Amino acid sequence: MSLSLEQVRRIAHLARIEISDAEAETTLGHLNGIFTLIEEMQAVDTRGVEPMAHAQDIAQRLREDKVTEENRREALQSVSPETEAGLYLVPKVIE
Amino acid sequence: MKHWEVVIGIETHVQLSTQSKIFSGSSTAFGADPNAQANAVDVALPGVLPVLNKGAVDCAIRFGLAVGGQIAPKSVFARKNYFYPDLPKGYQISQYELPVVVGGEVAIQVVQGDEAEEKTVHLTRAHLEEDAGKSLHEDFHGKTGIDLNRAGTPLLEIVTEPDMRSSAEAVAYARALHALVRWIGICDGNMQEGSFRCDANVSVRPVGQEEFGTRREIKNLNSFRFLQQAIDYEVQWQIAEIEDGRAIQQATVLFDPDTGETRAMRSKEDAHDYRYFPDPDLLPLIIDRDWVDRARAAMPELPAAKRQRFVDEFKLSAYDAATLTASLELAGYFEAALEDGGKTNAKACANWVMVELAARLNKDGLDISQSPVSPIQLGGLIARIADGTISNNIAKKVFEALWNGEGRTADEVIEKQGLKQITDSGAIEALIDGVLAANAAMVAEFRSGKEKAFNALVGQAMKAAKGKANPQQVNELLRKKLG
Repeated sequence: MSLSLEQVRRIAHLARIEISDAEAETTLGHLNGIFTLIEEMQAVDTRGVEPMAHAQDIAQRLREDKVTEENRREALQSVSPETEAGLYLVPKVIE
Repeated sequence: MKHWEVVIGIETHVQLSTQSKIFSGSSTAFGADPNAQANAVDVALPGVLPVLNKGAVDCAIRFGLAVGGQIAPKSVFARKNYFYPDLPKGYQISQYELPVVVGGEVAIQVVQGDEAEEKTVHLTRAHLEEDAGKSLHEDFHGKTGIDLNRAGTPLLEIVTEPDMRSSAEAVAYARALHALVRWIGICDGNMQEGSFRCDANVSVRPVGQEEFGTRREIKNLNSFRFLQQAIDYEVQWQIAEIEDGRAIQQATVLFDPDTGETRAMRSKEDAHDYRYFPDPDLLPLIIDRDWVDRARAAMPELPAAKRQRFVDEFKLSAYDAATLTASLELAGYFEAALEDGGKTNAKACANWVMVELAARLNKDGLDISQSPVSPIQLGGLIARIADGTISNNIAKKVFEALWNGEGRTADEVIEKQGLKQITDSGAIEALIDGVLAANAAMVAEFRSGKEKAFNALVGQAMKAAKGKANPQQVNELLRKKLG
């Protein structure tokens, strides 16, 4: 399988990444290279092998349900471009 | 005109009652200052990693047990990718192919006029996920304000099969589910604060048609009334569209409570391209048999079982049993009152809880858990009615006194206020003699055949006794004296 240029543009749009035509071409090449690798892997006979959701066959570690974090809003917002009344401000989004 | 059948499936987002978030140690308390509970993981600083909250998994297991679903021994977290500023990672951690709970069912009772029909709503699945933050579109100089306190709050999304056939059934399901998640202690059920939100998938098809019509999804309904109104409007709208020859387009719609109408959200062609994939930051969640067994041992008796036991053990009517099992708190209160009130007085006890207590709580806008009269106090009061120490009428006085804190127990109030019922027939006879002497006119009326006058004389006697005489004895003795 290989991607079309249109699909690359669509993926970029979904991720809100602006790409030029030249970049789209380059990215298409990169992504298709990855698909070639995937195709090679898919040639391996995996009948009888249970699909894994993670490369390591171990279980998720859990934490106790305890509040361990304090209010660090000031520190976190010090690197934010714009804040007001404790809120992060972003370009207007309307539903 | 064709007849239409309505088909409804419901997805509910239940906010889990944990102290901390699903993947971070931030607090989930409601009402904090904006972003005061949004830390490095919640604002998605580069390099942070999620660590799953055991408490959230516990809630999911309890739910699975309560609905008779399968608890997946292995489930997987996936990334649901979409772009929105209140989702700073650019994806929501959810579960996709392997959810934590599969199947299960919820029994509902649909009231149509005088009849209540039992029905079962089957569940498809329930999965764990994180909530997003909040966008505030008010005036921030043409910008949007983002509060990430809610980002990362644990949710259990509960999905039904398309089993419901009317808005009434949908509401009955939502109510039953709401009662259940509160009962098993996994959600506070506060709909105003968004702890329990429903999305309804609605479609219509001609009666008899096998395949489903095209559905539209009504998002974020946070009251039972809105759920009903939104579905009713949507159904009428869809039928009118089809009858006018227009096809229904699959869409996500919002309900506007002010107009009572649903309207499609601006169509986003990419809206459903979520590109799910297993989250490499999280390993599979393994739930072993031991964990499930421990959770099962810690489960309260479920509403349906309790309802049946109230009927079998206490001989209550199905209606009373259903009313008393509306919440765990109410059922607990009733059972605690029975401890002192006596199981043989269960019917009286049920009446007191459902009538007197409920009315008094309602009047003061209180919840059963805030009742100034404890179940032990009420049980003690009922025991005194049962053994004839006081009449039901006097008991209301004692109840009011207990409510106002005028005594620690019913016995104390009865003693202090001298409310003990007069059962000594000599004393009652003396009272009656006085009444007869003072009401010669009434006596004459009675003798001339007016039965009403008898009741008036009973009233006078009870009044003279300040309500404390045993009414039956007064009746009998009065009858004897006049006869």
